Amino acid sequence: MDLLNIENLHARVDNPDGQEILKGLNLTIKKGEIHAIMGPNGTGKSTLTKILAGSDEYEITQGSVNYNGEDLLEKEAHERANEGIFLAFQYPVEIPGIATSTFLRHALNAKLRHNEKEEIDNLEFIKLLRQKAKTLKISDEMLKRPVNVGFSGGEKKRMETLQMSILDPHLGLLDETDSGLDIDALRTVAEGVNYIHSKEKGFLIITHYQRLLDYIKPDFVHIMVGGKIIKTGDYKLAIELEEKGYQAYGV
Amino acid sequence: MPATEETIEQVNKLGKEKYKYGFVSDIESETFPIGLDEDVVRRISAKKQEPEWMLEHRLKAFKLWKEMEEPEWLKPIYEKVNYQDLAYYSSPVQKEKPKSLDEVDPKLLEVYEKLGIPLREQEILAGVEGAKPIAIDAVFDSVSVGTTYKETLKEAGVIFCPISEAIKDYPDLVKKYFSSVVPISDNFFSALNSAVFTDGSFVYIPEGVDCPMELSTYFRINAENTGQFERTLIIADKGSYVSYLEGCTAPQRDENQLHAAVVELVALEDAEIKYSTVQNWYSGDEEGKGGVYNFVTKRGDCRGNNSKISWTQVETGSAVTWKYPSCILRGDNSTGEFYSVAITNNHQQADTGTKMIHIGKNTNSRIVSKGISAGFSDQTYRGLVKIQKSASGARNHTQCDSLLIGNECGAHTVPYIENKSTSSVLEHEATTSKIADEQMFYCTTRGMDEEEAVGLLVNGFCKEVMQELPMEFAVEAQKLIGISLEGSVG
Repeated sequence: MDLLNIENLHARVDNPDGQEILKGLNLTIKKGEIHAIMGPNGTGKSTLTKILAGSDEYEITQGSVNYNGEDLLEKEAHERANEGIFLAFQYPVEIPGIATSTFLRHALNAKLRHNEKEEIDNLEFIKLLRQKAKTLKISDEMLKRPVNVGFSGGEKKRMETLQMSILDPHLGLLDETDSGLDIDALRTVAEGVNYIHSKEKGFLIITHYQRLLDYIKPDFVHIMVGGKIIKTGDYKLAIELEEKGYQAYGV
Repeated sequence: MPATEETIEQVNKLGKEKYKYGFVSDIESETFPIGLDEDVVRRISAKKQEPEWMLEHRLKAFKLWKEMEEPEWLKPIYEKVNYQDLAYYSSPVQKEKPKSLDEVDPKLLEVYEKLGIPLREQEILAGVEGAKPIAIDAVFDSVSVGTTYKETLKEAGVIFCPISEAIKDYPDLVKKYFSSVVPISDNFFSALNSAVFTDGSFVYIPEGVDCPMELSTYFRINAENTGQFERTLIIADKGSYVSYLEGCTAPQRDENQLHAAVVELVALEDAEIKYSTVQNWYSGDEEGKGGVYNFVTKRGDCRGNNSKISWTQVETGSAVTWKYPSCILRGDNSTGEFYSVAITNNHQQADTGTKMIHIGKNTNSRIVSKGISAGFSDQTYRGLVKIQKSASGARNHTQCDSLLIGNECGAHTVPYIENKSTSSVLEHEATTSKIADEQMFYCTTRGMDEEEAVGLLVNGFCKEVMQELPMEFAVEAQKLIGISLEGSVG
């Protein structure tokens, strides 16, 4: 079954002289699939993930997005999150004064409430958080620190992965989660993604490097240029790109 | 269920509705006709069965007040109060004074329950292992009707009672300290208060005593058109410590209600007073109609060496606020602290801050002010740090941060610094910021709606102040921040 279905999506920056960034993008992700999108800078990859997550920086001018058979574009950002979409940010945002654990408890409870379930008991939550943090090699001390404040690049990305594993999404959007990571951190993050992945879930991974795909095996690799997908292949396409660069695709 | 849990649950319930304290409880009250003259002052004193010296004091204050002009230098613009259009005394009718809470009018207790902090719960609290009991001197309109834990406190030698009682039972203490921190002539509102105050709290902590529990008063304005003139006096004798909590809510009304309280704190040698306030009076509707005028004079006197006074306040209510909890650092090595969160939304106006007057040697003061403006509201931080020549080695650190939500609100910072000592060190930091779109987006992609996100971001912004609040208050205050910013986004 289709988890996500994007048809002929056009979008531009939402201001009077905003330029068009997505120019007729098509993409279908079925349950259980991992898709990777590669492409040169400024081609709209990050924009695509932000639009899917519900950013109001962009205006959709044409096309449609269906998620689990429903019109995704009708929903607010927090509704999308509570219905299972998670965006791991390329540049996670700092929130001074709010402990990471508090922030995550709010997030999880928002999701539980949305799905008409009981909020999680505080002690139970701490137990869950510690257990998940341990798998991602995140210390208890870090959970007490304010969200992303003073975290290194690698710590921020691991924290994004932790958030994802707590919120347990159906569709994970990873926006260059691998950039700025050393090889150990990369492996930890990748293990985190593999740990969450199941045949019910889908992932869309934006990356510049094939090396992440050594750890997370994608079912499809897409090349995105000029606001749309111009070529789709399997894992071999990523290797080919690494060797030849984007020149072969007219960039 | 442990009482603290119950409190949290009650407070949670509060968070789910808009201002739900807008009810008028139907208790028979005996109210003076409107208007103010010498006769009214005399009648209040008679009602309270006061000794002659207190009546004299009131009459002196009334005479001074008549000569005074209402201050005009405030930033807020509001319709002036017609002082002849208010009733100056309102009391729930009671045949005899209740001996315990069981004898208190159940309707009154119901009101507190609606507020989420039932008096009864405080008794339960006492039985809970490890939980520090809180004593409440409940002020309903103008007369204290239920006073708990008097006995426990008595054992420690602590006096905690309505000030009307203290005037009769502890005249020497009252005579010595009353109006000694805020003189009658201090300002227009303090003079008015001194003439017509009806009740309030009195606390005396004897030498060397660490007060065994947090003392707490929940104020409530109830009868229509009644000015509230609370009077509080707290004295911490040598080497003693007390933490005092003041929390306020008011029923919803269309007409503006005046509140002009006076709070005086005296800390003698090596003593410490921590005074915390959560203020959530009715702030008017979304168009700015109605709401409480909060014109309060709060001042602490670090009279002895090595004494300390801390003010912590979370201000979310009132239509117009005029309030500067201050410290006079008279004793050598004394310390004054002011931690404040002020939130204004819709058409609220606040002019608030503090004054730190350094007189003694090596005196130290710290000011942390966090102002959040939303909607069409306007907020001014007004602070004075005054270092007198005698205050060698004095230090002050001021941090003043403003956060704006939306494009129609205002934040102003007016710090006055007067330094006459060459050996003092003063630091002032100020920032103004807006909630970043990226922060909002980040929170919403984690499933929080905009209101929850704003509440969380603002709580983060205020953290340095919030962590100064006693635990019992912190949860309530965090919720209040969320409630008071409802409708400020989207």
